[in-house]
Amino acid sequence: MKSVDQFPHHLLSIDDLGSDGIAEVLRVTDSFVEVGHRANPKVPALRGRTVATLFFEDSTRTRVSFETAAKRLSADVLSFAVGSSSVRKGESLRDTVETIEAMGIDAIIIRHPSSGTPTQVAGWITNSSVINAGDGWHEHPTQALLDLYTVRQALGGGDEGMDRFKSLQVVIVGDIRHSRVARSQVAAYAALGAAVTLVAPPTLLPPSIDGWPIAAVSHDIDKELPSADVVSLLRLQSERGSGEFVPSLREYTTRFGLTGRRAAMLKPETLILHPGPMVRGVEIASEVADLPAAHITGQVSNGVAVRMAVLFLILGQSPAEGSSDV
Amino acid sequence: MAERERSHTRPRGAVFVPRAQVMSASDVHRAITRMSHEIAERNRGLDHLVLIGLQTGGVPLAERLAASLEAVEGTTIPVGILDVAFYRDDIGLRPVLPEAVTDISFDLTGATVVLVDDVLFTGRTIRAALNAVSEYGRAQAVQLAVMVDRGHRELPIRPDYVGKNLPTRRDEMVDVTEDGVAIGDVVGR
Repeated sequence: MKSVDQFPHHLLSIDDLGSDGIAEVLRVTDSFVEVGHRANPKVPALRGRTVATLFFEDSTRTRVSFETAAKRLSADVLSFAVGSSSVRKGESLRDTVETIEAMGIDAIIIRHPSSGTPTQVAGWITNSSVINAGDGWHEHPTQALLDLYTVRQALGGGDEGMDRFKSLQVVIVGDIRHSRVARSQVAAYAALGAAVTLVAPPTLLPPSIDGWPIAAVSHDIDKELPSADVVSLLRLQSERGSGEFVPSLREYTTRFGLTGRRAAMLKPETLILHPGPMVRGVEIASEVADLPAAHITGQVSNGVAVRMAVLFLILGQSPAEGSSDV
Repeated sequence: MAERERSHTRPRGAVFVPRAQVMSASDVHRAITRMSHEIAERNRGLDHLVLIGLQTGGVPLAERLAASLEAVEGTTIPVGILDVAFYRDDIGLRPVLPEAVTDISFDLTGATVVLVDDVLFTGRTIRAALNAVSEYGRAQAVQLAVMVDRGHRELPIRPDYVGKNLPTRRDEMVDVTEDGVAIGDVVGR
């Protein structure tokens, strides 16, 4: 039996899972991908459970993906719109969260512009699970999990796909400084044994990468592309001011964008990933985004199945108290 | 089912200690041959018949039944694999995890479905399987074949084809493998 004894109660960062937990999420995701292919892509697994999405930051795909995942598990979904809530009347985050928990919500899926907010929320509440859907520059664990799932799928799936992570060269290009996705990706790829190289202008690297489980840092994308098995692109986060860290978008594209010329340097089997939203013509050329090697829409459809697996593993795995029925 | 019991009954990872062998490998083989004749007799011609093995113990039995049916009637029977984890009624009461991916690549509408499992116990797995199967089409009929019926039903479910009726204590365990059927106890690690 390949399973973790107890799946974590919260999902705040990739480190909560470890390599066993990641493997378990990916394994269970296979079952939900199958569910997604059916005429009725819904299972009764989480009937009677309620999850709330609490997004303090704009998001379309992550929120819709989580809500679709919860509905396909037959959970009830409460979409908490911060703009029209008591937060605007001055209610504190803690009071908001405690109010939501008092309504009997089983899981709170939270996105917040401040790093560490989900961790703080997890400390305040007593029963509900907290799932981090992106916090500041810190982490976005489910995005990294769906990247891994997409890569594993392309590598043949199953245990065979898992084993190939150990010899994988992953290149992450872009605004790593401001990217929570990059932090989750680095932790996740490293947990499975892949060698991660970060490629960015010095200004878009974090102030310190001491202790990051990476193989290398590079400022020259052309040198890294020929040996890459996975190229994961990141957007310049203008809302976090990353425009001020490069002289111009055009210069960024010239030096770090995945242009058609650079895509031609890749091995034929190399995967191109982008967590979205992508800005065509800046970090990725439009014709590159539409190449068969680009698994960007595959990432989106896998996202629902991965989030179903995360919700099912967190909410469906209460400890077995007093039950041994088969 | 034996595998499921082993992995899900507390303490997890408990070890099965056999006490008595109740069916030999050739007993199981003869039972499969008999059950395939019964299936053929009841579903004259085997038109629209499909077998669905329940993860994990029912899958090899479904394949053996299909091979036996082919030998008896000369008809190739489609075999599917079903994991009922997401349909169980004890999610949240104990760890429930899918063992493998469901694989039913044919429409069940109008088909006669024979669910195949190794051990029939409380009937809850079959209840879940009936709900799961309905997602793949409206079957003409659903029947149930099990190698061992060990009693202790908690739901109004009965098998159509049985390898062996085996009276057991609730806390015993029945293990069905290629080598036969053993009865024994579950011992914590």
